[in-house]
Amino acid sequence: MSDTPHPDAAAAIARLVPAETTRAVAILTRIAGDIGLAEDAVQDALAAALAHWPVAGVPPSPVGWIVTTAKRKLIDRLRRESSREARHVQATALEALGRADGDSDEAGGAIADDRLRMLFTCCHPALAPQVRVALTLRLVGGLTTAAIARAFLVPEATMAQRITRAKHKIRDARIPYRVPDAADLPERLAGVLAVVYLVFNEGYTASSGDQLTRGDLCTEAIRLGRLLRDLLPREPEVAGLLALMLLVDARRHTRTSADGDLVLLGDQDRTRWDRARIDDGHALVRECLRVNRPGPYQLQAAIQAVHTDAPSAAATDWTQILALYDQLLILQPTPIVALNRAVAVAEVRGPAEALALVDALPLGGFHVFHAVRADLLRRLGRVADAALACGAAIAATANEAERAFLRQRRDAH
Amino acid sequence: MTQYLLSIYQPDGPPPSTVNLERIMADVGALTTEMQTAGAWVFAGGLHDASSATVVKAGGGDVLVTDGPYVEGKEHLGGFTVIRAADLDAALEWARKLSRATTLPIEVRPFRH
Repeated sequence: MSDTPHPDAAAAIARLVPAETTRAVAILTRIAGDIGLAEDAVQDALAAALAHWPVAGVPPSPVGWIVTTAKRKLIDRLRRESSREARHVQATALEALGRADGDSDEAGGAIADDRLRMLFTCCHPALAPQVRVALTLRLVGGLTTAAIARAFLVPEATMAQRITRAKHKIRDARIPYRVPDAADLPERLAGVLAVVYLVFNEGYTASSGDQLTRGDLCTEAIRLGRLLRDLLPREPEVAGLLALMLLVDARRHTRTSADGDLVLLGDQDRTRWDRARIDDGHALVRECLRVNRPGPYQLQAAIQAVHTDAPSAAATDWTQILALYDQLLILQPTPIVALNRAVAVAEVRGPAEALALVDALPLGGFHVFHAVRADLLRRLGRVADAALACGAAIAATANEAERAFLRQRRDAH
Repeated sequence: MTQYLLSIYQPDGPPPSTVNLERIMADVGALTTEMQTAGAWVFAGGLHDASSATVVKAGGGDVLVTDGPYVEGKEHLGGFTVIRAADLDAALEWARKLSRATTLPIEVRPFRH
């Protein structure tokens, strides 16, 4: 410690945001029993850091300092509050602080547990799916409300209201702050993985707007996937989801041309695929296969691994892909999986058999259904029908890049 | 412990012939016993059909009395159970059992302290 001002204190505090502050909030939520109180206490601690660190120097463990200070600020706040509810919270918090005294070192396991608790709370089934996504990005990902609002194309005030309402529901309905027990874990974990995958897909194909990908959301989803994997290293579906996202994201930059137009998998420049992500993804897929507890994310990751393994589109092992889709359809018998499987059927057994499968699917409102039909009809030489299907696909998507692609494809034939 | 209101939502009118009322009454009775044994049961009641409802509304010195339920709809509150539970997960577990027993949707709401 020295008496001279430390100009790097502000930088140290800036570095704490957002990853470290979400950790601090996760720890404080367990102690305070309320997310809002925890956030306020951490904000108080960050303000104290801004005042204190430039003078006294940055402490050896900035996060530890923030957590310890936030605990003190929490007690200060609770003492100032006089409502009955606050007194109740105060009793709980003081009790928890008493228990926490023994383990002053909050690093390691305890933090991991608290972040996992936060994730399961944010993804609780009693919250609407879009709310789960927003809360997870805010409280686990540490994104600002403004950034989340931008990503989902809603006004910041709307997003702020949505997040605040969710925090109130968590508090008032007493949504528990804990990792579900073994009996409930598979079902609840599936819900958490679905939220992370929803974030990824929203980033990969923006459901509206003129930009095909919103890479920041993909990057954030992968970061959440890595965090989940650190927290639950023995769950193969967690590894499967991370592998799936890495392998799909590895192609993100080749998915649009320089003009922002959509480029199909077969036409992409494979030399520009992200090799590091592909290697990471392949290693995870191999690891899953060894565990031998297949699940939907692992199978989808394996399908992506076959695609990314092929040096050219023509060299793709479609027989292998079809076999994986057969397995996936058993685990997840949905029309979307059947549609994707039909694409593989077209490659292995021809477009006529695939078209018969596609025509039986109840997916009239989904643009990809019409785009797949258009492609199969074109390959069967039914040009007029193909153009009609292409028109239906254009009418069914709000993404400008996809519309432009489909228009170009329709007019080319 | 928080108290939760479990509201049972029921379609208006007599139940269709496919509904086995005896079975439902037996299942609800067994669940009530289970809730009481677990110390979760606080209070419960079944209601007459919503067509038996009367709405009273005071305003501007007058009191308006109208026939029928307050909210228009094809489904209304048919009964309720008040329970106490440690958290929402525990309350949802009771609601799941109540929904299975009544074969009807259950709305779960926490009481204010």
